Amino acid sequence: MTATLLTLTDLTLGYDRHPAVHHVSGRIERGSMTAMVGPNGAGKSTLLKGMAGAMAPLSGTLARAPDTRIAYLPQSAALDRSFPISLFDLVAAGLWHRTGAFGGLSHKDRLAVHEAFERVGLQGFERRTLDALSGGQLQRALFARLILQDADLILLDEPLAAIDTKTSADLLAMIKTWHAQGRTIIAVLHDMQIVRDHFPRSLLLARECVAHGTTEDVLTQTNLGRARQMIEAFDEEAHICAQEGVS
Amino acid sequence: MIFDALIGPFLEFEFMRRALVGCIALSLAAGPVGTFLMLRRMSLFGDAMAHAILPGAALGYLAFGLSLSAMTIGGLATGLLVVLLAGLVTRATTMREDASIAGFYLISLAIGVSIVSLKGSNVDLLRVLFGSILALDDPAMLLLAAMSTGTLLVLALIFRPLVMECVDPAFLRSVSRTGGPAHLVFLALVVTTLVSGFNALGTLLSVGMMMLPAIAARFWAVELTGIIFVATLIGLVSSLCGLILSFHTGLPSGPAIILVAGALYLLSLCFGRQGGLILKLLPQRHLEA
Repeated sequence: MTATLLTLTDLTLGYDRHPAVHHVSGRIERGSMTAMVGPNGAGKSTLLKGMAGAMAPLSGTLARAPDTRIAYLPQSAALDRSFPISLFDLVAAGLWHRTGAFGGLSHKDRLAVHEAFERVGLQGFERRTLDALSGGQLQRALFARLILQDADLILLDEPLAAIDTKTSADLLAMIKTWHAQGRTIIAVLHDMQIVRDHFPRSLLLARECVAHGTTEDVLTQTNLGRARQMIEAFDEEAHICAQEGVS
Repeated sequence: MIFDALIGPFLEFEFMRRALVGCIALSLAAGPVGTFLMLRRMSLFGDAMAHAILPGAALGYLAFGLSLSAMTIGGLATGLLVVLLAGLVTRATTMREDASIAGFYLISLAIGVSIVSLKGSNVDLLRVLFGSILALDDPAMLLLAAMSTGTLLVLALIFRPLVMECVDPAFLRSVSRTGGPAHLVFLALVVTTLVSGFNALGTLLSVGMMMLPAIAARFWAVELTGIIFVATLIGLVSSLCGLILSFHTGLPSGPAIILVAGALYLLSLCFGRQGGLILKLLPQRHLEA
């Protein structure tokens, strides 16, 4: 059974009237696994943030199926790693849907956190602080947090950036397991080979949607070339967008 | 002999006992708040806000004399106003928070100094700036204790969102809308703590009671709870030793307390276990793992 999980209608997201990505329409089916690709500055992270509900649209709408639980993995560079909390506390934040902002962790919750550490191969790292971790270890910990979030829709911003091959393979296997469990995956990725080998669907962005469909159809030389040209045509002194119409 | 010098003043004089209790109340709130300020790279924010509360405090002083309640309420009002205006400007424009705060606190400081110099004498200004812990009356004590208790309770309430807002704000926004409000409430707590502090230490030095113990604590503890605990402890020790120093040397109590906190900071800087200078200079063999 396929049903629509996310519906984007003429969605524009940006900062201070400047759109990072504009007039995107499309649907994400439940249980699909989509790679979001495009040049730097294409608006991939912004669109993912919008889908995560971490950013309000400038215009257009983004509708989620009711009761959709979302897990969002920000780029690990966005974390303040000098802040002195333990890895346990960072991972346990994945139980936010149970604890809320104020609730405590039950014995069962603590067991679940320890189990998540084991699943990502970080047992024994619970008391480490964030500055004492390698990039790969931090990413594993953030995946442990995703496990605890137990979400229907998993949004991953560059989940495989700057990590070694072993970690990359482990994390990719985890993403595929989630997909096999029927969860919906959307991941921002730069490695086209990984996208071609593992992601059935792709969404090519260049500040607007260039193509969206099966990876084979989307990642053609023509589409990729077009995406690059559209980014190069970006104008800092832009006038009011013509698609906004006359008001 | 030493016992007499350390405990004697408190046994003998009620005003010293009151001063100690007031300082303890202040330290309990200032340690945790200062720790968060330091970790959010806002160590100088306290200094800016200490200036921002001056006009309200000065107006309270001019209207009601040396009434700590009036000065507190006045200081609180201008401090919160500056935080709120700066917060609104940060959200509504592309201006960053530190720049907005700088803009508003400077206006506030200029107004404060103008009020004091138009209406009062220099002695009055010194009183506002350097506090009067040795003259704490009952209402002032109760106010100080209530503000410290309230600060700790509210900080406990916003603790989890505040921590996550510091570490991983994008993740927090995806699971909860509490990040923004938690930040604003935290800034209000900073103002509250500063205002409680200037009763005891004056506007210029109250910020020292927040920042020095927190910065010193970073040299001893690794994790957030540990840092908060050590910072509070350093605040308490500074209060006790500072009051004794003030009693025996005739220094004003505020500067004396801050001098002790400053000395503890310098000691921590040299001898601290976490990145202290001495440990760094000693030749050490690296660990196995």
